[in-house]
Amino acid sequence: MTDLLIDIGLSRGLAVLIAKTLGVFALATVGLLWTFFCIWAERKVAARFQDRLGPNRAGPFGLVQTVADAIKIILKEDIMHQGVDRWVFNLAPILSVMSVLLIWVVIPFTPTLIGVDLSIGVLYLFAVGSLGSIAILMAGWSSNNKFALLGAFRAVAQLISYEVPMALAMLVPVVLAGSMSTQDIVRSQHVMYLIAAPLTVLIFIIASMAELGRAPFDILEAESELVAGYQTEYSGFKFGLFYVGEFLHAFTVGLLIAVLFLGGWRGPFAEDVPALGFVYLLLKSFVGYFVVMWIRMTLPRVRVDQILDLGWKFLVPLSLVNLIVVAFLWKILPGTDSITSVGDALVPSLVLLAANILMIAGVGVLLREEGRRERARIMARRAAQPVSEPGSVADTAPAGAGD
Amino acid sequence: MELTVESLVFLLFSLITLGGALMVVTTRNLFHAALFLMLSLFGVAGLFALLTAPFLAGIQVVVYIGAIAILIIFAIMLTPQVTAVPPTNSQWIAGVVVAVVLFALLATIVTPLLSELGVEGWGAVFTEKNPPPVPADSIARLGEAFVDPQAYMLPFEVASVLLMAALVGAVMLVRPARGAEDEAPQTGAQE
Amino acid sequence: MVPLWMYLLVAAGLFSIGMYGVLARRNAIAILMSIELMLNAANINLVAFWRYNQPAHVSGQVFAAFVFVVAAAEVAVGLALIINIYRQRRSVVADDVDLLKW
Repeated sequence: MTDLLIDIGLSRGLAVLIAKTLGVFALATVGLLWTFFCIWAERKVAARFQDRLGPNRAGPFGLVQTVADAIKIILKEDIMHQGVDRWVFNLAPILSVMSVLLIWVVIPFTPTLIGVDLSIGVLYLFAVGSLGSIAILMAGWSSNNKFALLGAFRAVAQLISYEVPMALAMLVPVVLAGSMSTQDIVRSQHVMYLIAAPLTVLIFIIASMAELGRAPFDILEAESELVAGYQTEYSGFKFGLFYVGEFLHAFTVGLLIAVLFLGGWRGPFAEDVPALGFVYLLLKSFVGYFVVMWIRMTLPRVRVDQILDLGWKFLVPLSLVNLIVVAFLWKILPGTDSITSVGDALVPSLVLLAANILMIAGVGVLLREEGRRERARIMARRAAQPVSEPGSVADTAPAGAGD
Repeated sequence: MELTVESLVFLLFSLITLGGALMVVTTRNLFHAALFLMLSLFGVAGLFALLTAPFLAGIQVVVYIGAIAILIIFAIMLTPQVTAVPPTNSQWIAGVVVAVVLFALLATIVTPLLSELGVEGWGAVFTEKNPPPVPADSIARLGEAFVDPQAYMLPFEVASVLLMAALVGAVMLVRPARGAEDEAPQTGAQE
Repeated sequence: MVPLWMYLLVAAGLFSIGMYGVLARRNAIAILMSIELMLNAANINLVAFWRYNQPAHVSGQVFAAFVFVVAAAEVAVGLALIINIYRQRRSVVADDVDLLKW
């Protein structure tokens, strides 16, 4: 495209600018249109998990349902009540969607097709991930509503807590590949990093689900507790944008799992036929997306202080230890600086796999001990206060009452 | 200076940085000031990217915008803001004078303004236009410099101790006193 | 590329704006924000000089990275102090904190 424009006679700088701008529009449009498909897939899978059918009336297999919903939400009234901070209120959903679309810039779709092959690809992913929390703060604050503000506080506390284990988990592919560029990470995955670092994948999935605000960490919108959290005052298309951002982020996490841990566009004949690489990436990201949806449909909501405990007291030390062990092993294993084929990569990956299994076993033992201690504590507490017989009042009288 | 796309991008980012900074120091609503601070810091990240320091641009966004600015916003939300009074204190005119004089002094030193005006003895020093290219593995070299005992490993470790001290200090400062209930609002404001 | 003095001019402007903010704002948090602007101006200076004079060395970027660390530590402690002062004096206006011992 750039060469075409240069041939017309434009200067080099201008040609690059126009070509890149068109690329940006194309990527953003594809990303946003893909959300239609994502939402449909989510609803179908959720329905099957819940033993029902899901949308099947609008269009074949319900494919047009999302379009119908989108049209409905655009036509809804856009309420902006008194006291709302107009600029910030309007900017928040845009920023929320922006922070997700910006992730698509560094995803390598095929061996040759990538938005920008940044040398700091993974660092860019951390940076963009933190933009989402700003959007939530803006939404909560500008709504002029106590519940929205409380929801925003809880949401941001959760999001910034889980950025740390997510960043540490994303560093493991960087260590294994020797580069922060996502294209390089995919190219070095002769053996999938899922095999070399399964504990990291687990940490990344848990941390990403907390970043998404999805069940079991969906205290962010906690329908039964906070109305809709920081989105309470949003209606019409602005709410639609938040909704779109959330689902697109879920799929983008699947995409990131595919790129960082499942091998991206790698597969038989991917280098020769780039479109095949795109198909492999899509299949792998759907596997990741399905795992995310599966966990969402299965587990109940975790309380907000338990979420923060899990993040800081369990995931952060675990991801630190994981990173140290992986980095150390990768450094002392011979032949890890020059991996060019499956054969070279096999032995180090298996060694790392063994180390990971040991770590998972160790964590399992620790959790079992902690579980036993917790159970003993609860038993002790229950033994200290005798449970009253139904009907008797004496044991349950509050201290000091009626003296 | 020819009008290339690069100079246009530089102009854009400079305007974002300086415009955001101006709004930070003049706006009445403190939350807006924090948002403009984020905008200004984003402009600085853009300038870093233009200066072929992508790692620093990424770190700028992660540390400043993703952490420090959010911390500032939390502090703003935890303290009440009064927007009826003007945001400036009684010495703002002196502040303007000092800022303008400082900027003028710096501008005379760094820009070739004086040498263009013909003042003798004032050579234009910082007119370098075509610097040598940055080596391709500069990020790897940066990483190696941080852990090389001959290079910057000691300051790196000291920096981590500094961060630990700041972390512990900040947590200790805002902890409620041991065993104290939530204190009743002090009447200090009504004295 | 853009001549070096333009980057230095932007840094000088940012620094002066930050200085005005520190001198003229009432709210302690706004003063902290202006200090951040000044630190960023210094950072732009460092990186610009690194790029134009010694791009082969890493000292410029290392120095800038340490400025990030110091700024982060300073903001954390500064905000903790401000919140503490707010709890004691119920005010975040810098002019109100004018007694050494209560």
